[in-house]
Amino acid sequence: MFWTTIKRIIKAGFISFWRNGSVSLSAVFVMIVALFMIASTLLITAFLGTALKDLQDKIDINIYVDEKATEPAILSLKEKIEILPEVKSVSYISREQALENFRIRHENDHRIIQALDEIGDNPLPATLTIKAKEPSQYEGISNFLSNKSELSAGSTLSIVSKVNYNDNKVAIDRLSKIIIGVKKLGGIITAMMIGISILITFNTIRLAIFIARDEIGVMRLVGGSNEYVRGPFVVEGILYGLVAAFLTLILFYPVTYWLKNTTQVFYGGVDLLHYFVANFVQIFVIIILSGIALGAVSSYLAVRKYLTSK
Amino acid sequence: MIYFDNVSKSYQDGTVALNGVTLSIKQGEFVSIVGHSGAGKTTLVKLLLGEDNPTTGSVSFDSVNIKKIKAKDMPELRRRIGVIFQDFRLLPNKTAYENVAFAMEVAGKADEEIASDVPHVLELVDLTKKMWNFPRQLSGGELQRVAIARAIVNQPDLIIADEPTGNLDPINTYEIVQILKKINDMGTTVILTTHNKGVVEALGKRVITMDHGRIIRDDSTGKYAL
Repeated sequence: MFWTTIKRIIKAGFISFWRNGSVSLSAVFVMIVALFMIASTLLITAFLGTALKDLQDKIDINIYVDEKATEPAILSLKEKIEILPEVKSVSYISREQALENFRIRHENDHRIIQALDEIGDNPLPATLTIKAKEPSQYEGISNFLSNKSELSAGSTLSIVSKVNYNDNKVAIDRLSKIIIGVKKLGGIITAMMIGISILITFNTIRLAIFIARDEIGVMRLVGGSNEYVRGPFVVEGILYGLVAAFLTLILFYPVTYWLKNTTQVFYGGVDLLHYFVANFVQIFVIIILSGIALGAVSSYLAVRKYLTSK
Repeated sequence: MIYFDNVSKSYQDGTVALNGVTLSIKQGEFVSIVGHSGAGKTTLVKLLLGEDNPTTGSVSFDSVNIKKIKAKDMPELRRRIGVIFQDFRLLPNKTAYENVAFAMEVAGKADEEIASDVPHVLELVDLTKKMWNFPRQLSGGELQRVAIARAIVNQPDLIIADEPTGNLDPINTYEIVQILKKINDMGTTVILTTHNKGVVEALGKRVITMDHGRIIRDDSTGKYAL
């Protein structure tokens, strides 16, 4: 009996979805807009997260080592810095390596290369590049480095010619603030967008069910239990959600493709389309589940209004 | 079978729809309730269907006080009562067949039973040819016959026909009344509200006359006396 009822409810939902074509169509369209909003905010937030992480990775502290320093002395300094709990990594770039990197970076700029050749000697110092675990920890690391007593163990102090943290401090501070701000704002915007989408969908479905309120009355008069009356509407809501979710996902491909060029200009390298394709399974699951949940819950609540009396 | 015990119904705006109505209807009776608009006929039907509760007094169906039936048990009662309305109240997006089948589905009947009973009932009301038509493709008389088919398909104990011929021409009215009579002959109790004099007189059955929420006449083989 239970399965027969379920089967009948599902069948009635499908038939109703099909026969109320125009109502279903408009509900699906509104849900596409809602799901599109949800998907794009989620995608953009996630995408911004990646972009910010890339930016964060670009923050570092460089210690320029004195020319006279020997490699073992530099490596011992490196080890000392690496033990700090805030430090994620320290990479050592030797003078030769620095020169090679410089040449590669400026290979198209003949004047610079020419100038370099004229100098003859390698003018570039060896560097230790320090990356912290969190952007906020650079200050502490910098303090440690400028604390001479910490560094003066042995003769290592003398090999440091310059630490560039103070030069970068303003930029680092600002970037840290932006990152925190964008993350917060992203959260608020996502929450708002999702809230608005839910409201729009709920109202549309409420209208669709308002149109059918007389039918609900008839179904009850004929002896339909609340579950039996409500069931097909919930199935219909789920169908709106499913169809809308599939259409949204299909729409997303050309949209991200179109946006690809624009976003590439911004972030040189990160590409929304690639992000969409790479995370497709996750996005697919989120959109489909949101569609189903939105449709089902909205229908359930909208019908409830007509089922409260005896 | 049905007992109205000193039932009054008044609304918040002060309208008194029923005023001290006491009435009993036995199994197998055919009762016509007549009266002007606003006499309380439809309120009587609503109380019987549990759509509304009396302000004072009680309405019982098979000795059960309808007011005391819980919301979740209401569908059970309604499946025992077949209802026919002036405005048909069919489901617009279901075919004639599906409208009738719906009543059986909610009652939890098996698919095989539905497949055999629905065509049979539609044949009784002479709608076999229009079984797969939607309500919008049917005439008033045909719509009412679908509604009747839906009302009787579960073999209810009681049929309530609330102004079933109000929207129909004389020929269709005659046909509908004949069908109701046939249903009653098979043992089902029928309550018919109407203000069609011809219908009541042709039937020659019990007539209850109402006016301003009161029963003013109750004749066992009555005539339309308004």
